[in-house]
Amino acid sequence: MTELTIDASAVADLAPESAPREASRARDALPQSTSVGSPFVMDPYFQAHNVNVFYGETQAIKNVSLEIARNEVIALIGPSGCGKSTFLRCLNRMNDTIDSARVEGRIMLDRKDIYDRSMDVVALRARVGMVFQKPNPFPKSIYDNIAYGPRLHGLAQNRADLDEIVHTSLEKAGLLTEVKDRLHDTGTSLSGGQQQRLCIARTIAVSPEVILMDEPCSALDPIATAKIEDLIDELRENYAIVIVTHSMQQAARVSQRTAYFHLGELIEVDETDKVFTNPQHRLTEDYITGRFG
Amino acid sequence: MSDISIQAAVEKTLKRRYARERRFRAYGLAAVLVGLVFLVAFFANIVSNGVSAFRQTEIVLPVVVSAADVDPKGNRSRESLEGGDYDIVIRDSLARLFLDVNTRIEKRAVGELVSAESSFLLRERVLEDPDLIGQQIELRVPASANIDMLIKGNVDRSLDESQRTVSDRQIRWVDELRALNRIYTRFNTALFVNGDSRDPELAGIRGAFMGSVYMLLVTVLLAFPIGVAAAVYLEEFAPRNRWTDLIEVNINNLAAVPSIVYGLLGLAVFINWMALPRSAPLVGGLVLALMTLPVVIIAARAAIKSVPPSIREAALGLGASQVQTVFQHVVPLALPGILTGTIIGMARALGETAPLLMIGMVAFIVDIPGGPLEPATALPVQVYLWADSPERAFVERTSAAIIVLLGFLLLMNLAAVLLRRRFERSW
Repeated sequence: MTELTIDASAVADLAPESAPREASRARDALPQSTSVGSPFVMDPYFQAHNVNVFYGETQAIKNVSLEIARNEVIALIGPSGCGKSTFLRCLNRMNDTIDSARVEGRIMLDRKDIYDRSMDVVALRARVGMVFQKPNPFPKSIYDNIAYGPRLHGLAQNRADLDEIVHTSLEKAGLLTEVKDRLHDTGTSLSGGQQQRLCIARTIAVSPEVILMDEPCSALDPIATAKIEDLIDELRENYAIVIVTHSMQQAARVSQRTAYFHLGELIEVDETDKVFTNPQHRLTEDYITGRFG
Repeated sequence: MSDISIQAAVEKTLKRRYARERRFRAYGLAAVLVGLVFLVAFFANIVSNGVSAFRQTEIVLPVVVSAADVDPKGNRSRESLEGGDYDIVIRDSLARLFLDVNTRIEKRAVGELVSAESSFLLRERVLEDPDLIGQQIELRVPASANIDMLIKGNVDRSLDESQRTVSDRQIRWVDELRALNRIYTRFNTALFVNGDSRDPELAGIRGAFMGSVYMLLVTVLLAFPIGVAAAVYLEEFAPRNRWTDLIEVNINNLAAVPSIVYGLLGLAVFINWMALPRSAPLVGGLVLALMTLPVVIIAARAAIKSVPPSIREAALGLGASQVQTVFQHVVPLALPGILTGTIIGMARALGETAPLLMIGMVAFIVDIPGGPLEPATALPVQVYLWADSPERAFVERTSAAIIVLLGFLLLMNLAAVLLRRRFERSW
């Protein structure tokens, strides 16, 4: 593995001349990374440095460093139990809900440590939204599902504002035409794909900066999947998106960068084209060519 | 082995398997049927014993309200009317109906046909309207319990007179009253509006019913909020450690503690130490709340546990705090289960007798309690008290009280089902 390791400074050397300051900052701050490829980006928005996660005694994430830029979709792939979901859940501190989970290392959102005492977890989750594997609408009306977040954070001054937020969120999620006549039906009465888009609309409604998606299409049929993939592509204009997926085709279709996890380690991360056409690491190659996983 | 023999082997085991399934189904059906038979026998027994208590024999008396008897001072003042001898008036009006009642002893015997309350009824009529004095009125009075039993066919006329509670003469008089159309049965309102009484024809369950209602109010007001709060805390906020394990084990144990022990605890703590009044529904409610609390906590925890974690994650992921998640999503979704558990706990508390014996709610109390601090009994205790009474007429009233208790329970269970339907949401 050592011969394939690219030094962090090598990444910094690749930085274009136009951004010397960022490069020097990056060189100072960059931690050691054992991953192949380029875990660090020029204009990072989300930075995870040397993250270790333990569930009790077992270590689920081993020294993972990964940076995410604005307006990019990064796909996390890897066999089951490789820690990609765990890593995703570190990014909005959903692991806090698990008593035995312990997170080490630094994770910074816009250069502020999200595990710092001064960071409020509620405020963090308003900035880093999450879409889950199984569509989980609240057993309330479609309208209330989307209005819940804005009401929670006081984003709407009055009913008209709230209506506006609900409509734009549904529109962005591509669901408005399908449900506009039945906003007061319960969210659980929708089909699986619609429910998942409702959950995306619900996440968008609080205007997050980053959206985390944990296998958002694994419970959906190909048509619903295609709709959500189109949606992800559109959402990229305004949000950074981290998507965990088991489908390599999906990763190839929606993401700009792809990170391959294996047994808790980040093995390789690079531009999606590169990872799929020319993987540097043997494990990555084995996985994407279907030799295991 | 050839294909055919494999098929034959499979067919052989198939036959055995199907037979086993049929047998198992038959056992299940038999178990249900046995349960049903017991239930039907139980209800049939209680209803057949108790249904007659819902009717009460009454006698219409032609009462001549003589001024000499009811107005001893002759000035029609309230004081004078209150001092009147209404027993004589009732007895005389009965005696006048029959030709053969002349002596004092005979008059006394004829007076036993009607309830001791008759003279009070007459007194109230007269006090209300003194103009009745000197007139003849038709007064409807309850028959005495013995006559009531005779009319309902619970007295064996073929027995020797000395073995009966009703004498031959009284039987003859009743038959004559019947011929005169002056004796009949009608709905027994006394059973529902009166408190307890030594006279079965006057005894009612209102006092015990109100006692039970006050007690359950105290119980539900304490057990529901405390139980739900404890369950929510233990399930959602408490750290998992040795202490919470200990608490959990203890709650489960408390649910199995015999109820009489709670009664003793109530006696020691609430009555002897805190000096709360004896026989009060407040104390009964406190004791039953202690007894119901573990049941409510266990049911509420199970209901909270069954809320899918995906709902919690959805709320937390949107930036709801833990308290918001719990109270805006988890508790509302768990509510049907919590309510069902609470009502089942309440139903158990409603039927509980033993702890109430310890805190003095077993007393003979005539007055209907006006609040949770006044002495009262409860429905199951009333059943116990009446079942202990020797009078034949209390047998049917015991069953009637059981029917009312069962009706109350049925209503509570119905409420549980309806609440469940009302709040249940699918996800």
